[in-house]
Amino acid sequence: MRIGIASGKGGTGKTTVATNLARTAVRRGRRVAYLDCDVEEPNGQIYLRPEIAWRRPVTLPVPVVDPGRCDGCGACGEICRFSAIVCVAGKVLVFPRLCHSCGGCSRVCPVDAIGEDLREVGVVSGGQEGKLAYRQGLLNVGEAMSPPLIRAVRAVEPVADLVVVDAPPGTSCAAVEALRGCDRVLLVTEPTPFARHDLELALDTVAQLGIPAEVVVNRAGRDGARTLALCERYGVEIVAELPDRRSIAEASSRGELAVEIDPEFEEWFQRLLAHLEDRR
Amino acid sequence: MKIAVSSTGPSVDAACDERFGRCACFVIAESDGTVLGSVDNPNATQGHGAGIQAARLVADLGVSVVLTGRCGPNASDTLAAAGVSVVVGCTGTVGEALASYSAERGPSG
Ligand code: SF4
Ligand code: SF4
Repeated sequence: MRIGIASGKGGTGKTTVATNLARTAVRRGRRVAYLDCDVEEPNGQIYLRPEIAWRRPVTLPVPVVDPGRCDGCGACGEICRFSAIVCVAGKVLVFPRLCHSCGGCSRVCPVDAIGEDLREVGVVSGGQEGKLAYRQGLLNVGEAMSPPLIRAVRAVEPVADLVVVDAPPGTSCAAVEALRGCDRVLLVTEPTPFARHDLELALDTVAQLGIPAEVVVNRAGRDGARTLALCERYGVEIVAELPDRRSIAEASSRGELAVEIDPEFEEWFQRLLAHLEDRR
Repeated sequence: MKIAVSSTGPSVDAACDERFGRCACFVIAESDGTVLGSVDNPNATQGHGAGIQAARLVADLGVSVVLTGRCGPNASDTLAAAGVSVVVGCTGTVGEALASYSAERGPSG
């Protein structure tokens, strides 16, 4: 079973839910794979503490133009939808960071002047901690091409009873890339107006993807009725409501998991796991 | 020598548009201030790469100098490759920007 953990916005506790769920499943004897696809900030490893055994750069092909062959016809720039290659004053400029590696420019070049270079966008790494296999992608600083890196993380998914995919926050192409192929999605939210607005966008996105979704409310408390109403409108169930506890926040700042220090959290996550496994 | 000013409208009385890539249009003038015309900027609503395409547009028009508010690195690189120089920080109307540019360059410009 592959569960995507997503949220409409950052900071709602998505990683908290993902890591606690993964740890709970390991404690219940499951083989768990954790794929940290939140590639701008993959911090699942802070809580899960795997020993990283390998790292591999992820590269994308980008065009390089041979000025000796190029006759400045401009066909490459005409075909590129991303303005990653442009022909001005008879010269061709490439903007590698904008390139989506579609190969269109080299296909249309009439004189075969466009070759290929490899550009590193990030690093995929992996390791193990007991019965938990950990994989993560880390996007290079200032880099925008996260979908290919997320695909690279998904491509090294190990065999497991439960695969937990920590998706990037939001509803961008990157989030969609992480959730594609998941059996279910847990959307993590908070009972605040901002989080509710972003939850609605996330509910629309998963509905479009056709993936069954459920909601986990983090820092539950006041103002929960509106979140409930929103979920009812989408026909989506709230499967867990986690209270705001100072002890948990403090543990989290030390890199500890709620299920390791609070028996009540442990019980809630066991119930959540049982619920997910039931639905299989 | 042709000058392009990023503008909110097609005339010299229009305010300069501080954005280069996403300006509404470019007013094209000679260095003596004679206005040659204006071109709409079709890249104004484009996502990525608006500055690059706007740079290509003015380069293809044979412009030598761009007067604008600010200009991103990709647009600057494209303009530089085309041999177009850029003056940033322009404010006021298009006419004022043209006047202060020629005043700074002196009567020889
Ligand atoms: S490979 Fe595709 S995206 Fe990249 S520069 Fe060529 S046409 Fe543009
Ligand atoms: S299509 Fe080929 S020949 Fe034409 S401008 Fe691009 S690189 Fe040069």
